[in-house]
Amino acid sequence: MELKFSQEDLEFKKEVRQFFENKLPADIKDRCERGLVIPKEMQVRWQKILFDQGWMAPNWPVDEGGTGWSLTQKYIFAQEAAAACAPPPMPFGVNMIGPVLIKYGTEAQQQKHLPNILNSDTWWCQGYSEPGSGSDLASLKTKAVKDGNDYVINGQKIWTSYAQYADMMFCLVRTDPDAKKQEGISFLLIDMNTPGIEVKPIIGLDLNHTLNEVFFTDVRVPIENLVGEENSGWTYAKSLLEHERSFIARVANSKQLLVRLKQIASTQRIGDNLLINNPDFRRKLTAVEIDLMALEYSELRFLAKQMDGGQLGPEPSIMKLEGSQIQQRLKKLLVESLGMYALPFDADARADESDYLAMGPEHAHGILDQHFYGRSATLVGGTSEVQKNVISRLLMKR
Amino acid sequence: MDFKYSQEQTMLKDVVDRFVADNYSAEQRATLANTELGHSDSHWQTFADMGLLALPFAEALGGMEGSAVDVALVMESFGKGLVLEPYIPTVILAGGLISTLGNDQQQASLLGNIMAGKMKAAFGYCEPQSRFNPADVETSASPAGSGYILNGHKSIVWHGPSANKIIVSARTSGTPRSKEGISLFILDPNAEGVTRLNTRTADGQGASDLLLENVQIDADDLLGEEGKAYPAIERALQAAISAVSAEAVGAMEATNEITREYLKIRQQFGTALSNFQSLQHRTAEMYSEVEMSRSMSEALAMRLRDSDNDNNNDSHIGDEDTLPAQTTAATKVRIGKAATFIGENSVQLHGGIGMTNEYVIGHYYKRLMMIDILFGDQDYHSRQYEQLIYG
Ligand SMILES: Cc1cc2nc3c(=O)[nH]c(=O)nc-3n(C[C@H](O)[C@H](O)[C@H](O)COP(=O)(O)OP(=O)(O)OC[C@H]3O[C@@H](n4cnc5c(N)ncnc54)[C@H](O)[C@@H]3O)c2cc1C
Repeated sequence: MELKFSQEDLEFKKEVRQFFENKLPADIKDRCERGLVIPKEMQVRWQKILFDQGWMAPNWPVDEGGTGWSLTQKYIFAQEAAAACAPPPMPFGVNMIGPVLIKYGTEAQQQKHLPNILNSDTWWCQGYSEPGSGSDLASLKTKAVKDGNDYVINGQKIWTSYAQYADMMFCLVRTDPDAKKQEGISFLLIDMNTPGIEVKPIIGLDLNHTLNEVFFTDVRVPIENLVGEENSGWTYAKSLLEHERSFIARVANSKQLLVRLKQIASTQRIGDNLLINNPDFRRKLTAVEIDLMALEYSELRFLAKQMDGGQLGPEPSIMKLEGSQIQQRLKKLLVESLGMYALPFDADARADESDYLAMGPEHAHGILDQHFYGRSATLVGGTSEVQKNVISRLLMKR
Repeated sequence: MDFKYSQEQTMLKDVVDRFVADNYSAEQRATLANTELGHSDSHWQTFADMGLLALPFAEALGGMEGSAVDVALVMESFGKGLVLEPYIPTVILAGGLISTLGNDQQQASLLGNIMAGKMKAAFGYCEPQSRFNPADVETSASPAGSGYILNGHKSIVWHGPSANKIIVSARTSGTPRSKEGISLFILDPNAEGVTRLNTRTADGQGASDLLLENVQIDADDLLGEEGKAYPAIERALQAAISAVSAEAVGAMEATNEITREYLKIRQQFGTALSNFQSLQHRTAEMYSEVEMSRSMSEALAMRLRDSDNDNNNDSHIGDEDTLPAQTTAATKVRIGKAATFIGENSVQLHGGIGMTNEYVIGHYYKRLMMIDILFGDQDYHSRQYEQLIYG
């Protein structure tokens, strides 16, 4: 057992830290630190800086544009990125569809899409969920029927994050209505500019527009946009969900929230004292800090297990479950830290229209946006209830 | 011992329930919340016509002589529909303070207008450093001529934007957090030297910060005796906590009903969500939270009613050794805990639809979350409670 960075790791850490210090634009850092939605322009600007540095896709193979970092180096990078308040790359391209194409895509698909994912010229969205198919994703109904060289798509997706910006969607469709539900699903790449696609906004609790409904009416998608084999889409989709789950603990991000919470509590007055000295507040802060520490050591332990070639079972689900709860507790404590100034909320989207930004402490701006959106942490990527089902099913099987 | 409503109370409840059913569907509420005022002047007039704006005031002043129990039953109905009008700030806080502290002239003019629906009012007692402590007053009032000059910053004045008058606390003597030396003033929010910053709270209601810079106040606008306002402030906040607790009970009950109905309708894995045992258990817990909350809310309302009528604690079942202040703190803690649990779980059990602004459940969640913070959060009131026991 060993829990020390090597000399090279420490050098690497310095290099990474310096990169963020020098290259992360201040306007982007500010929004990220506040937990506000990052507009597309900022997101792309930042991802292109990462690309220029060669650091856009640490998880890809070196040949495809990956960094060749060790797991420890990837861990260091994630820590430093979050500590610097750098927005993580949009996951749909680089973390989700990229690895699927690398593993299952045709040569032509890889050549066409991977470079544009790396340099962020193409914005992707994830078309999985449907009105009738959320937790029970495999029941999805959006239909694809072969007609000549195309699939013709009819149906609806929902909760499609950032579809309003997207150039491409990776999408699950039903190609065999008669097969067992997991076995009639195919995985398609769809150009969002194809006629017959309509994107309608859904406004969230945070009053922002990140969610959408996407309607398909006789949308023609060339057969060459099928990933892997027809009716095997569920396998690819699951490989991607597992990827999503193991990254969703967001330890590094929670550590940054904790830093911010302490900063704010150290300026927030409570009579002639500071909130950070209030024993009730401190006890809650400490409790979540300790839980976060356990989460982090678990992440390290599970990473090490993978490095040694071990197979993971319920661990990713445990990380998702614990990690999402810790995120929500931290965001709630940020709200609590504001006292009565937690009440005003005109949402970032409308803030300019009222005196909201002129009221209360400067750091209050963004905390409620982040808190409300953060309620989804226990829903996306498999809800907490579903994670518990997965975990207990795996345990009972043993 | 009796937890039943009287016949008059049942009638009052029916009338208010009907108003809410007719005027506060999710769509109607959303439309109202999106107007510039954020609530309805015509509803306000309806409240006046129904006598709701006169409910807690003495008959001698033209009021209905209603008790904390009567107010609670109105508020519970309001909670079911997430009513947006400034009832607590105007009637319970400002109205309550004027009726306990006001001189004849102030009561006649201000309460008359409030009861007639011609005046909305608010109470500014928080400051940026005060967090939830109403004795933490740094805003100063210095004598000038026959009146006073006010300087300071009152924060998050609930329904400040629509208020015609705002009662503010300011220090005429004593150290910053002393209960002695706090005075109340009737402020015209458009007076010279007042900057009113307006915004909305997360549940769609109005809130203001008031920056006071050499604001001149006439001697006539001192409310009550100079430096002696604290007990009345505490009493008004107790009444407001009782009212908002009843509102929370109504809102929680509605939240639970909506959630259970959704679980019965929503199908996943070939069956209704209501068939999954983990969700059944959650709804059972949510139900039990409301029951505990209702008990506290009703007991507090009776406690406050009876302590208004006579000061003999010994006669109060379940409360023999405690002060109204203690029951108030306990109620706020218990209801804050329930509101948080129910609000968060109602969103969780709805899945994606619960995360949208259009669907109603998110609005219940936000109101419940605000109620947890309003007038002091669980930490604050737990400390208040402890202090009353252990000093
Ligand atoms: C902010 C946000 C962003 C999203 N982005 C995307 C995206 O980009 N692309 C995409 O495809 N999807 C996206 N989603 C959808 C997300 O994956 C679904 O919301 C999620 O899968 C849950 O499905 P549902 O909303 O239909 O809830 P439901 O499945 O209807 O669940 C409702 C409740 O029932 C519980 N439940 C369901 N089944 C069981 C069971 N068997 N046992 C016990 N409890 C159960 C759930 O845990 C939940 O509490 C997003 C959702 C949100 C909120």
